[in-house]
Amino acid sequence: MVKELLKGNVAIAEAAVRAGCRAYFGYPITPQTELLEYLSSRMIALGRVFLQAESEVAAINMVYGAACTGARVMTSSSSPGFSLMQEGLSYIAASDLPCVVVDVMRGGPGLGNILPSQGDYFQVTRSAGHGDYHPIVLAPATVQEAIDMTVLAFDLADHYRHLVILALDGLIGQMMEPAELPEWQADPPTPDWAVTGAAHRAPNRITSMHLRADESEAYNQHIQRRLEHIRAAEQRSIEMYTDDAELLVIGFGSAGRIAASAVEMAREDGLNVGLFRPQTLYPFPSDRLAELAEQVGACLVVEMNAGQMLDDVRLAVSGRAPVEFFGRMGGAIPLPEEILDTIEMLCWSLHVVE
Amino acid sequence: MNNHNGNDRTEFVFSGFGGQGVMFVGQLLAYAAMDAGFNVTWIPSYGPEMRGGTAHCTTIVSRKPIGSPMSPRPHVAVVLNLPSFTRYEPLVREGGLLVVNSALVSLTSHRQDMRTLDIPATTIAENLGSVRAANMVLLGAALTAQPALPLAAAHSALEAHLPPQHRSLLALNHAALDAGAAVVLERL
Repeated sequence: MVKELLKGNVAIAEAAVRAGCRAYFGYPITPQTELLEYLSSRMIALGRVFLQAESEVAAINMVYGAACTGARVMTSSSSPGFSLMQEGLSYIAASDLPCVVVDVMRGGPGLGNILPSQGDYFQVTRSAGHGDYHPIVLAPATVQEAIDMTVLAFDLADHYRHLVILALDGLIGQMMEPAELPEWQADPPTPDWAVTGAAHRAPNRITSMHLRADESEAYNQHIQRRLEHIRAAEQRSIEMYTDDAELLVIGFGSAGRIAASAVEMAREDGLNVGLFRPQTLYPFPSDRLAELAEQVGACLVVEMNAGQMLDDVRLAVSGRAPVEFFGRMGGAIPLPEEILDTIEMLCWSLHVVE
Repeated sequence: MNNHNGNDRTEFVFSGFGGQGVMFVGQLLAYAAMDAGFNVTWIPSYGPEMRGGTAHCTTIVSRKPIGSPMSPRPHVAVVLNLPSFTRYEPLVREGGLLVVNSALVSLTSHRQDMRTLDIPATTIAENLGSVRAANMVLLGAALTAQPALPLAAAHSALEAHLPPQHRSLLALNHAALDAGAAVVLERL
């Protein structure tokens, strides 16, 4: 395989095709529209299903129906459109259905703007809909990672029969970078729970309704046990210069890659700074972060929001080190230089304290 | 404090009217950089400014991994029309390069802390066969004055990546790159 110059949105779409996505339902919204636009011809050419729904509410319910057949299905949207999908997302999660949802986050709240943002961290990690559950949430920082995580998303969705969200922002969606597309995957066999027409077998039943409290609590316990497995097995993160770091900079997605530049600059200036970049936002890579928190003097969280992952960092660090924050909001993109300023200030105060 | 950019990273902005090939010329540079083994990012303007009549894109060419794909203070700005000149002339980094399509931009920069190249690219391209090759004239000039990549890399990228529906324009684009380079070399 050779590297191609690929736009994030298009790369995710083609990766989904190669991962065996059989059906896509969606509705246009900047900055993710190229994903839908690409699939509108690509899926038809392959004899697969592409449907532009009349709204995001319709699209997610079409995904719900298609996922019941056991096929690999996907939708994509951006912040306001994602909000419209929340009821359907919760139904899908509560029906134990695998599916992949891409959220290319933009500036908010409200109609906001179409610029890059990470303001929906709470929304995607806490539940993405009502009720007691968490989706698996993957956060790419490069076009290559967006491709790899699209394939991973389908595999995790099938493996756990769980909702997987690929959460990125407009920078990754709109940017072109050299990247390598994946091999074509063979179609997985139709799962035995799928609703495929009950010829010569007992009917399968898929529902998210449990009217009696005992039934409903038992079902909730089943979801929680699954999430426990996911938390134990699927925490993922990337590290840079953590061996001797006195200050640990923590950021995901675009903020993480921009923070990486700031960390490189700090190293050139002789500062012992490291980077921790969560690749899974749920499950949050708390175990490794807790270990690192034992050995650093302080943590600096960098986000393109008011401080949302900050909560998960504080829970993981749990008082082992002070946790500071630098963020930009509403579509503003942090500069490596301004992150470096904060790094220098924190390193200075660490040494003063010593 | 170190100079964190050195010579191993160059940030280009291309800006002009829709239809002047601004997005494509930025992508061509990105292809050339990728094929030459550099890290590269390309990002278009897609925010509110794209509704205002000018289009721009940013291409970053770097030996090291690239963090932000944005460039608030580019090393090189290539401006194809007057609104682009007004926007980017003050933003070019000290010691950087402003390449102006002087056939369409009547203003000239008076900044002393950067280089300015006034190139009548639209006129040069028209004489070569089509005004649409003005973008390549300016890229040829930019890469000659600020050789982040050899010009040959841009020629190779044209061969490898010009979309099939535009293959008939290959010779014109090659000639336009060379014509832009020639203007700069004549003035040395």
